[in-house]
Amino acid sequence: MSILINKNTKVICQGFTGAQGTLHCRQGIEYGTQIMGGVTPGKGGTMHLDRPVFDTVKQAVKSTGADTSIIFVPAPFCKDSILEAVDAGIKLIITITEGIPVIDMLMVKQVLDHHGVKMVGPNCPGVITPGECKLGIMPGYIHLPGQVGIVSRSGTLTYEAVNQTTALGLGQSTCVGIGGDPIPGMSFIDVLQMFENDDQTKAIVLVGEIGGSAEEEAAEYIKSHVRKPVVSYIAGVTAPPGKRMGHAGAIISGGKGTAGEKFKALERAGVQTVRSPAEIGIAVKKCLSR
Amino acid sequence: MNMNVHEYQAKQLFAKEGIPVPQGKVCRSVEEALNIYAELGSKQVVVKAQVHAGGRGKAGGVRVVDNKNMLTDFVKQMIGSQLVTYQNAPEGQPVHQVLLEEPCQISSELYLSVVLDRSSQTVIFMASSEGGVDIETVAESTPEKIFKFSVDPLVGVMPFQCREMAFLLGLEGKQIKQFTHIVTKLYKLFTEKDLSMIEVNPLVIDASGDLVCLDGKINIDNNAMYRQPQIREYHDPSQENELENRARSFDLSYIALNGNIGCMVNGAGLAMATMDLIKLSGGEPSNFLDVGGSATKERVTEAFKIILADPNVKAILVNIFGGIVRCDLIADGIISAVAEVATDLPVVVRLEGHNAELGNQRLASSGLNILACDSFTKAAQMAVKASKGV
Repeated sequence: MSILINKNTKVICQGFTGAQGTLHCRQGIEYGTQIMGGVTPGKGGTMHLDRPVFDTVKQAVKSTGADTSIIFVPAPFCKDSILEAVDAGIKLIITITEGIPVIDMLMVKQVLDHHGVKMVGPNCPGVITPGECKLGIMPGYIHLPGQVGIVSRSGTLTYEAVNQTTALGLGQSTCVGIGGDPIPGMSFIDVLQMFENDDQTKAIVLVGEIGGSAEEEAAEYIKSHVRKPVVSYIAGVTAPPGKRMGHAGAIISGGKGTAGEKFKALERAGVQTVRSPAEIGIAVKKCLSR
Repeated sequence: MNMNVHEYQAKQLFAKEGIPVPQGKVCRSVEEALNIYAELGSKQVVVKAQVHAGGRGKAGGVRVVDNKNMLTDFVKQMIGSQLVTYQNAPEGQPVHQVLLEEPCQISSELYLSVVLDRSSQTVIFMASSEGGVDIETVAESTPEKIFKFSVDPLVGVMPFQCREMAFLLGLEGKQIKQFTHIVTKLYKLFTEKDLSMIEVNPLVIDASGDLVCLDGKINIDNNAMYRQPQIREYHDPSQENELENRARSFDLSYIALNGNIGCMVNGAGLAMATMDLIKLSGGEPSNFLDVGGSATKERVTEAFKIILADPNVKAILVNIFGGIVRCDLIADGIISAVAEVATDLPVVVRLEGHNAELGNQRLASSGLNILACDSFTKAAQMAVKASKGV
């Protein structure tokens, strides 16, 4: 098995007929993803990529039986689109859109949690279960069905980890880009829990970056809940502290947030960390051959 | 990324919400300053240089003046100068405006801030009775003196939360209501204006026992700028790095650093990872630059120009993971960009992804000073070598 999505996942796309929606749905369909149709208000009843277009998510769900939605809607309209998906009974939402105001996500996150709906993103490359289902903007061909679960806050850096594990023949069970925004839908912990319970996943790669405390929280979780080997790289050791105004940010972070702190927290949790982003694959291979 | 505004702008926003701030006005010249001085009608005024950084007092950017001569001297000295504080060092920021305010008789100084807390995924308020300049030391050595509460996004700030915090701060009498008013209005401002931080340091109790916001710092969520026309007008590009502004106008994300290896990468995470690998290989990056998902010829050319505008750059490392875009097309873009900017500096290029081999062949046969490399590690090492002229 994989996590979140597989060959049976039925998907609709919100923002289906836009440039991004069209490009990435076409690639998804070519990859074998079951994209059942899409939603563009006002274009209901037409066809796009040989699939039906609906005016509302409710109609799309009713007519296609989809329970997953991928969203390419522009940022100013995303809060509305996500809440529409929740209201229509969608159980998994993948929000690719970048630039959603944080205040919007504060509300959205509450509603998602209240309804028990999972969301990956926003501002993320999406999710892929190699050989079965591709929901996102990642290049499908670099992936290989296999045993490594990858979870990452960064897009192209995820591809780097994928490429290395593919080159070594390890392959991936599922790759989840949770996105780089301050308030993401699913967190590292949510995804780690799923990988730990997934039979196909034999090792986990966690790619983090500076800022926030998600990696430190993930480290705490790994220490007590994850038995599978975890390899981690944190980007941003050389990043400057940044110009700042005032002290509120420094007080709230309380020493957390730097790459050094994150590496330390992960190492204390027994995670195999690598200082070079080019050594992720080799480290996983070593863990698996132990 | 977040945008900053000046103190006087923050105070304008406060005043509109009925949040108490001292009487004052901003000006850009000695003449204007003298007019405001007459208008305020108080003998003593506080003059505060307006830059997007904290620590202005310690840096000599704030002064209490008693007469016209002192005012003239200080305003002359400030306007057009470069103010260096511990938060914007070493380059500092230019002062174009000063804020003149009536003085405030301070009986005690508190600290109050509103910030998004990623960990609890809520907006939280933080306050302390130990206001003033050294709040970070307070947070480190006596964290029990910092009080916090988080706001339910679906409910908003409740009066009981304000009262609880007010009593913890040792406020009394009319101050409880005043504090509740300030907190409630700050939250309204935070959510309506899409702010990511408000800091009032100090929030003072004046001689008559009233609460007044003596300073105001505000950060705005850049993602929300499309729906905040008023805040957009507050933007002051003079407070930001010139190259960073230029990059932003081309939708490139650029941050200037102190090293000598220019970096051009697609994706923020990979860009940071590339900088890390340069450092691991014994070099120093001169910048962070994310060209974004579509590394087209135009964007790559502009990125080269921005990198080369830094005279310290001795070599350039381009690291592109071609996902959707084919590497041979990216290679063509890089070749014509290098030709257009006509640089003699060595350019190390690592292309990975679709058609990477073809891309590398094109680069190798371009006849320009481009070194193609298919390994991330080797590319970083090559760039470091090149930067040292080896």
